[in-house]
Amino acid sequence: MQVVRSHQSHRSFSSSSGSVSASPTLPLYRSAPELEVRLEDFESFAIDRLRVLKGISDGLSRGKKPDEMEKLVNELWKTNMRHQDSSQVLNKDIISHFVLRLVYCRTEELRKWFLSMESALFRHRFRNQTAEAQRAIMEEFDLPCKAVSNAEFESLKEKLGQVARSIGHNLSLSTTDAIYYKVPFEEVPELVTGRKVFINQGYAYVAMNQVVSLVATIFRSLLSKALILTNRKWATSIREQEQHRLTPIVEALCSSYLGPDFSQPKEYGEISLKDIDQVAKSSFPLCMRHLFEKLREDHHLKHAGRMQLGLFLKGVGLNVDDSLAFWREEFSKKVGLEKFEKEYAYNIRHNYGKEGKKTDYTPYSCQKIILSTPGVGDHHGCPYRHFGEENLRAALSRMGVNSRAMEDVMGKVRNRDYQLACTLTFEALHAAPCDAGINHPNQYFSDSQRLLKAKKDSSTNVVDASTSSMHRLDAGNLLRNIRGNS
Amino acid sequence: MTRQGAYKESDDMLIDEPKLPQQGQIAALPNEFNPSYLKIYYSKLFPHADLYRWMSYGNDGKHPACDSSYLGRREFSYTLDNDIFVRYNTFNSATELENSIKDKCPLKIDIGPIYNLNPAHRNAYAGDNVLTPVERELIFDIDMSDYDDVRYCCSGADVCLNCWPLMTVAVKVIDTSLRDDFGFRHILWVYSGRRGVHCWVCDRKARRLTNEQRAAVADYFRVYKGNENNYKKVSLMGQVLHPFLARSYTEVLKEYFETKLLTSQNLLSSEERYEKILEMIPDQSIASELRGKWQESRRSSSAKEDINIVRWEQLKQLLQKHKAQGVRRCVEEIVFTYTYPRLDMEVSKHMNHLLKAPFCVHPKTGRVCVPINPNNCEEFDPTTVPTLIQLLEELNREGLRSDVEGEWNKTSLANAIKLFRSSFLQPLLKICKEEMESSYNAKLQQSKNLLSW
Repeated sequence: MQVVRSHQSHRSFSSSSGSVSASPTLPLYRSAPELEVRLEDFESFAIDRLRVLKGISDGLSRGKKPDEMEKLVNELWKTNMRHQDSSQVLNKDIISHFVLRLVYCRTEELRKWFLSMESALFRHRFRNQTAEAQRAIMEEFDLPCKAVSNAEFESLKEKLGQVARSIGHNLSLSTTDAIYYKVPFEEVPELVTGRKVFINQGYAYVAMNQVVSLVATIFRSLLSKALILTNRKWATSIREQEQHRLTPIVEALCSSYLGPDFSQPKEYGEISLKDIDQVAKSSFPLCMRHLFEKLREDHHLKHAGRMQLGLFLKGVGLNVDDSLAFWREEFSKKVGLEKFEKEYAYNIRHNYGKEGKKTDYTPYSCQKIILSTPGVGDHHGCPYRHFGEENLRAALSRMGVNSRAMEDVMGKVRNRDYQLACTLTFEALHAAPCDAGINHPNQYFSDSQRLLKAKKDSSTNVVDASTSSMHRLDAGNLLRNIRGNS
Repeated sequence: MTRQGAYKESDDMLIDEPKLPQQGQIAALPNEFNPSYLKIYYSKLFPHADLYRWMSYGNDGKHPACDSSYLGRREFSYTLDNDIFVRYNTFNSATELENSIKDKCPLKIDIGPIYNLNPAHRNAYAGDNVLTPVERELIFDIDMSDYDDVRYCCSGADVCLNCWPLMTVAVKVIDTSLRDDFGFRHILWVYSGRRGVHCWVCDRKARRLTNEQRAAVADYFRVYKGNENNYKKVSLMGQVLHPFLARSYTEVLKEYFETKLLTSQNLLSSEERYEKILEMIPDQSIASELRGKWQESRRSSSAKEDINIVRWEQLKQLLQKHKAQGVRRCVEEIVFTYTYPRLDMEVSKHMNHLLKAPFCVHPKTGRVCVPINPNNCEEFDPTTVPTLIQLLEELNREGLRSDVEGEWNKTSLANAIKLFRSSFLQPLLKICKEEMESSYNAKLQQSKNLLSW
């Protein structure tokens, strides 16, 4: 077995040859173990783990608080990462991680996502380890922290208590409960940033619960480097070697989970946050697509724009929680969380009839939208009416309208037949007639979704039948290649 | 871009220089310099050797541990006449550095990072991003114009003795923290020449901090989060303040606010000004009560006590006995808003950020960027910092009297250079030498311990 070497010379890691991990239940994924795994386990383990990661991603984008996330992670793990043979649980954990490394190493965006989710997962699982296991892991990571001696602790008790209270932790400072570690401040930038630690003479005094943060950072940085190496290996040898066997699985794993999820019952009656960008591109009418893009770009929309888009999304099936998460995600980038909650969240709930006189507002029809009067800084209204010709052409071509259809559409616009123009756009993009004509943005959406679903149902299954053969494969060999340190 | 041109004998140029201002003509001259004055400055007064020794960090000696490529990997950039900006100047010796400056006469010299290779060779290597910074001082830039919303005496580029205390506060707060909290020792504070201060932390550990670590330190210092949308730009959460903030408040901010800035800025004397403070109080009834009180007392102000102080006491009384902590905390928030240092985050966060070298002359004011002693920064007076013209005049007066130290010793620049050396350069170089020797000895020991083949 090879020793995985860190690139930073001041950290020298011990070889992890015999033992799989420092903790009996939480592997560090430093090196692939010698294992054999069946081909269908290769895929199914990965899918199970992916469910966990997706669940975490979902929870984070809904703005769940740490203790809620903790519960969520535990549930997700319990539900998905079981194995009927309890001795195989750890192996499933390790194998699934390494398979997903293959899947998610291939682009910057995939790596970023995988890194964030695995780090979040690790962080939560680490918190739940016993103190013994945690210490073992810290040792494994060669953390340059020393436990603070009793004498020093006594002299600093007051200041440490102040810091704890300043960040809302009411630590009891009896020496048994409060274990502190002393570490050079530069090792814990995330704690220094938020003034979450007491710093003195170049040392940060880190509480036990903050140690989690330290460990997670190291985990993340190791995984980040490993992913780059994996990518290199994948691109240069594995993908080609495995093109008839593992490569199709790996590639299918990735796309099958990032695309729109049509397996849910009310496909076009309801959308969820994870699908929204996809769906905006494929099924939003131009007016809503424009608002949506501007929101993503500026992280802000003025009131009328929020109403027009917000009610449309409600009509499309976004429930109030998802809606709040969506607007919060964007707006908090510009105005911050606090201001969002104070000034915008109320209106969103109002739109859903949860506040005030509790009217459940209806999404605007084309007629209403066409009659509106957008001013400076506004993006609502009907683009066929309110955009200048050049802007409209550019927007339509971005949507994918070909030049022949474009002229027809512009003809309708010049005649002030805005709804007909939108209908022609719909027909051009979906390559199908829309006899009823477009009268309402939500109608555009549901018609579009119906057409798209019909198309998908009739397309063939991607996965090759030959890949689900039952023969065993030497995964260990493959996984060793993944490490890229051969 | 190291140049080895032919240089005129510097002495010939100077004393007989027809443009040297005569005594008595000074009053008629504009306070800004013109390039020929700069030539004299660089020739006679600018401390080239000190700059060289600083930038070498001990690598200019004969010790076997010295890295002779060290200085050559440091970027210097020049701002020349006509707004020409030249980057990636590098030097391999004291003479090269001095001659280049004297020859080019830059309006401004900026110091950049030390790169992994000599920037002069950057185009010799294929690939993008081949040049990366490997060392750079931890730097801070505090600019008075960032405080425009809390000072009424001046705005923009102007600075006076009424608002300068804000810089004093900044130096005290940051300097104390850099030393006590972060353990740094080799810190140079420099007047920026017009309206602010720069800070150079030169400890080895500081020079090697990554961008992320620098950002962490800058964020540790950050309190003020102002933008047009927020009427309240300082928000101090938590049951108690972090020890760093608490110490800053009790040791510096409170005193400066209550004894200096309240009165010198007349923070509560007029409706427009006190409204800004009342806006920050979350409890409307208290704000109204104070507003009412102050609108009345406008007519009958007692000449005995300063109105700002009286009103501040009234405000504190009402706020401090409130049951909600958020309201009580408001007192500190107001003080922090009006006094706490406002750093330029971007300057500190990136290793490749250029910063003006000390002892440059500021083109708009003519003042020299002299060091500030943090131990008595309250005595620093920006209005009495030597200007270029003043220095030239002093040189004139002293005539040809020779000075073993150098021409600068005959002028007001003497104190500045001495301060630079005694409080900063010498201790720094001593440590550099010690560190170099100890790491060298350690390596020797290591190689002795290794079994040979």
